Amino acid sequence: MPDHLLEVRNLSVEFHTAAGVVKAVRNVSWHVDRGETLAILGESGSGKSVSTAAILDLIDMPPGRITSGEIRFDGRDLLRLGAAERRDINGRRIAMIFQDPLSHLNPVYTVGWQIVETMTAHGQSRARAQAEALRLVTRVGIPDPAAALRKYPHEFSGGQRQRLMIAMALAMKPDVLIADEPTTALDVTVQAEVLALLKELQRETGMGVVIITHDLGVVAEIADRVVVMNSGEIVEAGNTREVYRSPQHPYTRKLIGAAPGKGDMPEPLPRAEPVLKVRDVVKTYGTFAALAGVGFDLMPGETLAVVGESGSGKSTLARILLRLDEPDAGEALWKGRDLFRLPPAELFALRRDLQMVFQDPTQSLNPRMTVFQLISEAWAIHPEILPKARWRARVAELLAQVGLKPEHASRYPHQFSGGQRQRIAIARALALEPELIICDEAVSALDVSVQAQVIELLTKLRREMGIAFIFIAHDLPVVRDFADHVMVMQKGRVVEYGTVRQVFEAPREPYTQALLAAGLDPDPEVQAARRAERVAIRA
Amino acid sequence: MSTAPAMTDGTALPNEPSAPRRFLRMLWADKFALAALLFLLLVVLMAVIGPALLGEVAQKQNLRGRNAPPFEWDRGWLWWMGADSLGRPLFARIIVAARNTMTVAAGAVLASALIGTTLGLIAGYASRRVGEAIMRLADVIMSFPSLLLAVIVLYILGPSVTNVILVLAITRIPVYLRTTRAEVLEIRERMFVSAARVMGASSRRIVLRHILPVVLPTLMTIATLDFAYVMLAESALSFLGIGIQPPEITWGLMIAQGKEHLTRAWWLSFWPGLAIILTTLSLNLLSNWMRIALDPTQRWRLEMRGRTDA
Repeated sequence: MPDHLLEVRNLSVEFHTAAGVVKAVRNVSWHVDRGETLAILGESGSGKSVSTAAILDLIDMPPGRITSGEIRFDGRDLLRLGAAERRDINGRRIAMIFQDPLSHLNPVYTVGWQIVETMTAHGQSRARAQAEALRLVTRVGIPDPAAALRKYPHEFSGGQRQRLMIAMALAMKPDVLIADEPTTALDVTVQAEVLALLKELQRETGMGVVIITHDLGVVAEIADRVVVMNSGEIVEAGNTREVYRSPQHPYTRKLIGAAPGKGDMPEPLPRAEPVLKVRDVVKTYGTFAALAGVGFDLMPGETLAVVGESGSGKSTLARILLRLDEPDAGEALWKGRDLFRLPPAELFALRRDLQMVFQDPTQSLNPRMTVFQLISEAWAIHPEILPKARWRARVAELLAQVGLKPEHASRYPHQFSGGQRQRIAIARALALEPELIICDEAVSALDVSVQAQVIELLTKLRREMGIAFIFIAHDLPVVRDFADHVMVMQKGRVVEYGTVRQVFEAPREPYTQALLAAGLDPDPEVQAARRAERVAIRA
Repeated sequence: MSTAPAMTDGTALPNEPSAPRRFLRMLWADKFALAALLFLLLVVLMAVIGPALLGEVAQKQNLRGRNAPPFEWDRGWLWWMGADSLGRPLFARIIVAARNTMTVAAGAVLASALIGTTLGLIAGYASRRVGEAIMRLADVIMSFPSLLLAVIVLYILGPSVTNVILVLAITRIPVYLRTTRAEVLEIRERMFVSAARVMGASSRRIVLRHILPVVLPTLMTIATLDFAYVMLAESALSFLGIGIQPPEITWGLMIAQGKEHLTRAWWLSFWPGLAIILTTLSLNLLSNWMRIALDPTQRWRLEMRGRTDA
C-alpha cells in the first residue's frame, strides 16, 4: 500500500449520551497527500468534523470513544501515541484553523504575542520567533504588519482575523493544515480572498490541506478531491470534477441539486400602485451611519431581495420597518400611512399586516412554549382574528400548510430540526394573516437541502396567498430563483436596484459585479474558469 | 416530496403522557427529590398540627429532667431527643417550633421574592429612568447594615412574628431585585422577545409570558438558599432578644438557648440545627429537581433516568 501523508482508516467514533449511544462516524477512511487539498463535505450532524477532531486528539473521552480504526501519520498510528507525543505533533506538524477566529484568539493578548507563543511553545528562540511572526503576518497580507503585531484581536475585521489564524497555524510550517469551515462566517468577497490565500500558501509550502465545509462552492473553488459524508458515513469519494459531473450516490445528487441559483429567473410583476413606499431612511449609531438615506417601493405580492455584506445596514432596515428600532429620519408609507409616525394604537393594529421571520429559529422561538402556544399567541394578542374555540383547528391547518403534522402542536421547539423550526416560525408569522413578511436571513443558518425546501415553501405561500416578501440575504444565488427585484446595499446605501435579470445578467455597479464574481459556483469548471480569468486580469 | 427527509426525525417521538403523570414519573426518577418532598411534607404537617397536639407538653417544665441526655428510653418517647435546661422535651419542642420557624422563613422568603422579582422585572424592562430609581433604592437597602435596620425597626414596632417577617423580607429584597434585573436585561435582547414585539405583544405580556419563565429557575434556586439564611438570621435576632420572644419558640431560638450549654449538653443545639439543615437540604434538592423538570429542553434527563429504572 502506498504511504500517504495522513491517512484515516476505518475510523469509528461513538458518543455516550443520555439518549443512548450515538455513532458519530462509522468506518470512515480517507487520506491526503503532500500538496493536495481534500474537502470533507457534509451538512450539520453528518459527522464531518469528528474524524479531524480525532486526529488532533480533541474528542473528550468519555463521553466519546474511538471504537475502531487507525490514523496513520509519518508511518505511525496517532491513536497509539502518548499524550506528550500527540501534543508535539499537534500545532507543529498538523495545524488547524477554525470557523470563528474571534473565539479562538485570546482577547487579552496581542496578536504578535500569540503567534510568537505558538513558536516558543515548540522550542524556538524568542528573537527568531519574532522575526518569523513579522514575515508571516506580511505574507498573509495584513496591512502595516509591524503595527499589526502589537494590536489585539478585536481591532481586526473578520477576514483579517482569519488571515491571522492562518499565519499562526503556519508558524511551525506544518505538513498538514486542517481548516474547519474557515470561511463560513465571512462575507463572500472576503471568503474568495481567504481561499485564494490558502491556495497560494499551499503552493509555496507543499502542505496537505483538509478543508471541512458544507458549501459546494468552497469545494469547487479549492479542492482536488472530495469525500461526501451523510449521517456518519462516507457516501461518495473522488475527484472533485467527477463527483460534480456524475454523482453516484442519491444523497450527493440531492445535495448538488439543492444548490441555489440554477433555476429560471422569475419575470417581474407588472407595475402597480406600491403598497409600501420607503423614502430616505436614516439611522446612525453614534458616529456610525447604519442607514444613510435608503428608499424603495414594494408592490402588493412582490418579493424584494435586499442583498449586502455584513455592516451594509440590511438588518437595521428590517428592524426599523417593524419599529423594533426607531429611525432618525425618513418615512415609510404603508398604504398611504407613515409607519414611523403612527400612534401606538394604530401601530398595534398594523402589526397584523407586517410580520417577520428571523435568521435563527432556535433563538426566535421561546424554548419554554409548545408549538401550539407559539402559534396561538398571535390570536391571544389579536383576539379579533379568531375565536378561542377555533384555535386548535387553525393551528393544525397552519402546520399542515408549512409541511408539519397537526400532532406536532404539543411539542417544544428543541424537539425539531433546524428546518422544521423555521417552518414553525413561518406558521407563526402566517397566523396573523399578514400582507408582508420580512425574512431576515431566514435561510442562512440552514443546510443547503433544507434551505431549498424552505425557499420552496415560501414560493408556494407567495403564489397561493399573494403575500409580499422582503427577503434579506448576504448571498446573491439564494435570491436568484425567488425574487422579483433585487436591491444591493453597501455601507447603509442602496448601490443598485433592478429586476433579478438586470442585476444578475447586466450589473451596472462595480460593487454588484464584485459581489457576483466573488460568489462561488458549485461547478468546479466554472470556478476554474473564473480563477483563470482573475489570473489573466492580474497579469 | 422535498419535505419527506426533514419530517422523519420529528415523527419518531413517542406519544406524551398527561402532565401530572409525567411529573410523578419524573419525581420517581429522582429518589433524592422524592425523599426531600416527603420530608418537607412532614415538616409542613408538624407545623400545622404540632402546636395543637404537643403545645402543652412542650412548655411544661420538669426541673428533675434538666438537660436530660437523648436516647434514654425509660423516660418515654417524647424524651428521646433529651430535654432542655428547664426539662422540657426537645422532641416536642422541635415539632411545635416548626410552625413559627416555617411561618417566618416562608413568609420572609415569599415576600422578599415577590417584591424583589416584581421590582426587578420593572427595573429591567421599563425606561432607563425608572430602572435607575429602583436600583438606587436597592443600593440604599444594601448599604444599610441589615442587623442595624432590624434592631431599629423591631425596637420601634416591638418584636412579633409579623414584624420579624417584615424586617427579614426588606433586607433580602435586593438579592432578587438585582438578579432579576440582570437576567431581564439579557433576555429582553433575545430574538424571541423581538418576535413577540413584532406580533404586537404588550410589555406586560412579554414580561410575564416570555421573560419571567426564563428567570424563574434562577430565582427559585436563590429562594431555597435564602430559606436557610432567613432561618439563621431569625435565630440571630432571637439571640439578641429582639426576635421571637419566649415562651414562643423557633428552631433558631432553640439553638440560641442551647448555646450556653454547648460544652455540657450538645443536644440542646444539635437537634434544632439538624432540623434546619435537613429542611434546607430538602429544599435545595427539590428546587434542583424542579429546575430540570420545568425546563422542556432539560426534562429528558429525568425521563431517561425513569425509563432505565423501570
